[in-house]
Amino acid sequence: MSTVEERSASRKRAQRQGQALDFVDDRLGSSKWIRSALDKIFPDHWSFMVGEVAMYCFVLLLATGIYLALFYSPSSAVVTYHGSYAPLDGQKMTQAYESVINLSFNVRFGLLMRQAHHWAANIFLAAIAFHMCRVFFTGAFRRPREANWIIGITLLLISMLEGFSGYSLPDDLLSGSGLRVVYSIVQSIPFVGPWLAFNVWGGPFPGSSAFLQRLFVIHEFLFPLLLAGLLGAHLAVLWHQKHTDFAGPGKTEKNIVGSRLWPQYAIKSQALLMFVAMVVFGLGGLVQINPIWIYGPFEAARSSAGTQPDWYVGWLDGALRLWPHWEFRSFGHEIANPFFPGILLPGIVFTVIYAWPWIDKRVFSDYGEHNLLDRPRDKPLRTALGVAALIFFIDTTLASATDLIGNGLQVSFELLIEILQYGSFVGPVIGGVVAYRTCILLQRTGAHPVQRPVGGIIVRDAHGAYHTLGAEHDGHEGNGHGGPEEVVLGAQAHREA
Amino acid sequence: MTATKYPRIVTGTHGPEEGAGAGTPWPDDVPPEQDDTWYPLRDDPWKARRMEYLIAAFWAVTAVCGIGLMVVYWTGGQTQLEGALFAAGAGCLGTGLVLWARFLLPGHEVTGSRGHHVSSPEERAAVVESLSRGTDAMMSRRGFLVKKVLAPVGGIFGIAAIWPLASLGPRPGRYLYHTKWYAGARLVTEDNRPVHVSDVMVDGLLTVFPEGYIGDASSPAVLLNVGTAAVSEPYGESGFEVVSGANGLVCFSKICTHAGCAVSLFNVLSMQLICPCHQSTFDVLDGCKPVFGPAPRALPQLPLGVREDGYLYAKHDFYQPIGPGFWNRGSDRQYFPKVSS
Repeated sequence: MSTVEERSASRKRAQRQGQALDFVDDRLGSSKWIRSALDKIFPDHWSFMVGEVAMYCFVLLLATGIYLALFYSPSSAVVTYHGSYAPLDGQKMTQAYESVINLSFNVRFGLLMRQAHHWAANIFLAAIAFHMCRVFFTGAFRRPREANWIIGITLLLISMLEGFSGYSLPDDLLSGSGLRVVYSIVQSIPFVGPWLAFNVWGGPFPGSSAFLQRLFVIHEFLFPLLLAGLLGAHLAVLWHQKHTDFAGPGKTEKNIVGSRLWPQYAIKSQALLMFVAMVVFGLGGLVQINPIWIYGPFEAARSSAGTQPDWYVGWLDGALRLWPHWEFRSFGHEIANPFFPGILLPGIVFTVIYAWPWIDKRVFSDYGEHNLLDRPRDKPLRTALGVAALIFFIDTTLASATDLIGNGLQVSFELLIEILQYGSFVGPVIGGVVAYRTCILLQRTGAHPVQRPVGGIIVRDAHGAYHTLGAEHDGHEGNGHGGPEEVVLGAQAHREA
Repeated sequence: MTATKYPRIVTGTHGPEEGAGAGTPWPDDVPPEQDDTWYPLRDDPWKARRMEYLIAAFWAVTAVCGIGLMVVYWTGGQTQLEGALFAAGAGCLGTGLVLWARFLLPGHEVTGSRGHHVSSPEERAAVVESLSRGTDAMMSRRGFLVKKVLAPVGGIFGIAAIWPLASLGPRPGRYLYHTKWYAGARLVTEDNRPVHVSDVMVDGLLTVFPEGYIGDASSPAVLLNVGTAAVSEPYGESGFEVVSGANGLVCFSKICTHAGCAVSLFNVLSMQLICPCHQSTFDVLDGCKPVFGPAPRALPQLPLGVREDGYLYAKHDFYQPIGPGFWNRGSDRQYFPKVSS
């Protein structure tokens, strides 16, 4: 189809590209790697994009975060505000709070960047959580991908801490209350709690003048560095092991089906970056988030109704509300109340999540290597446990908003908390059973495009019934949902005939 | 037999990263009917040209948005416009990219080998061999240097290396057991006004600090006037009572015994203080004992006195640590030895 000019232009372009690549290859010997990278095959499924969304959120967080860091002042020195936001005029506040107010009102594009940063953080955590669920429910964590599961969970954990530390930097009333709660949680740890809290904060709450600076260094240097390093490792392992894929026609454990990195996949991925930017900056400009000028500066003697953390910490805040008024004292020592929901619960949750690949192996007696994914229905028990965990998570997250929900529904928060307390036990059980039954039902009906016979031979048996032969696809073991029997029956009939 | 939209291309094992296939020549075997350069609009120049114009139009909108952003900046900035233009610009750029990739760039489904992501047994054995070269020599003479010398030395030096972390904060000592309240401290408001017995109306409430320590995070207390309501004396003989001759004033720590938030909500009808953070509820008439929510203990009460000029003062610091629990907090019995059962 190409014209003479096009062909000659292509030749010239290849020559120029060749010269540039020669320059690099003479020094790095990179051609083999570059070729394999350009030809690398990525399976296509919408759910595989969500991890990419998280990655691009991280890119946007770095970009907007660097901009914010150029204006933020991590100082707890007290100043009297006389800036452009009149309602706060004459108010005493820390320099940190003042710098964020000034960034919001006096720096052009400052508020956009700040709100985009905050939205990006919320979407970042949501994408990570969704990505984790996808990997969990499809068994993508199984051998040989346990290492990437561990790295991924560590990324989630650090991202939560990173998000919380950023939320705390403006030193407004809301974030100050959040820090007070976290201080109490740290202080509640047996043996080392008070000592640990004093070392992190540099003294009793609200801490020494160095605390905001520490928080700033942690938020804009330590955690981002860890996140960038772990994200690099996550991608390197993925690159080496190649992506998992759902079973389907022509797909086996040994091959990979998808589109090559260059050019289509790469361009589509850049488009995804643009769409993530569209959402983040659209929300950042049009939908208000964390209006700290309404909350006011932090004072230990104040707190306000509607004190909620960002969504990804909600489950812990909710757990703090649902855990009964128990604490345990004996021999002059005490395990304080916040320890159980604030340290023990996330400790158990993250231990189980970290260990899940190995628990999963034992539960299903499956120690083998898997490149093809389960569908959620294929492992009803795993799916049921995952759904139960999600319902517990939703229940505790709702509990972090009992006051707001109570206001909205005109129900007393006491009633809501009691419902959610029972719900945290009953909800997961019901959800798990329903999920289990649903999985079995889906297995029986076998309604799924991937599992439906594609092509094959149709034979007529001795009774005149029609059957499909050769409809099972390779790579999926023994859960053909009525498929195999049908095929066997058909095969016999074929032989009889 | 497949339901793919595009021609399927099957390539052989290739690439240095694919273990067993490493070093094999690049396949020069693309059959003519499986052309790797195929894309949906390749054979339709007219449609391809129209698609190019469409993509160009999207990207032109992106350029317009960029110019718009600069205009907004020059005219002083406007957050909603900035966000809308940013979003529209990025969205159009992304849409153009998707159309480009989808219709004008090759990228149909191909099948490749996964290869081997693990090493061969020989390669693994070779690593063990190389490792042993070092470890055998190191652990000879029963590993004297490594086990008996290097391990303890490393431990000692490692501890010394992280020791400076101890500079991060003071030792907790008795900090958590005391607040800034002291015997004789006048109650002052946030704006440093001494509090008179007549300052708080019945059912009223005021946040107070010890004079000289306004804003201290451990000391905020809430002064309430319960009027003529009967108030129980929670801790017997420890000096907790409605201030005599002071119109039913009682004063409690404002720091929640659950997680340390300021207990800032007051339900006058039920005479309950409620913490907005986790909804712990305290019964003012019953020594601020928790009646709902996660708070495990009563809010400590501040023993009040009235000076001759009618201003309020603290007779003593709180008799027990304020705020949330901690490992060394001890039992209430320790702080109230005289409690009778």
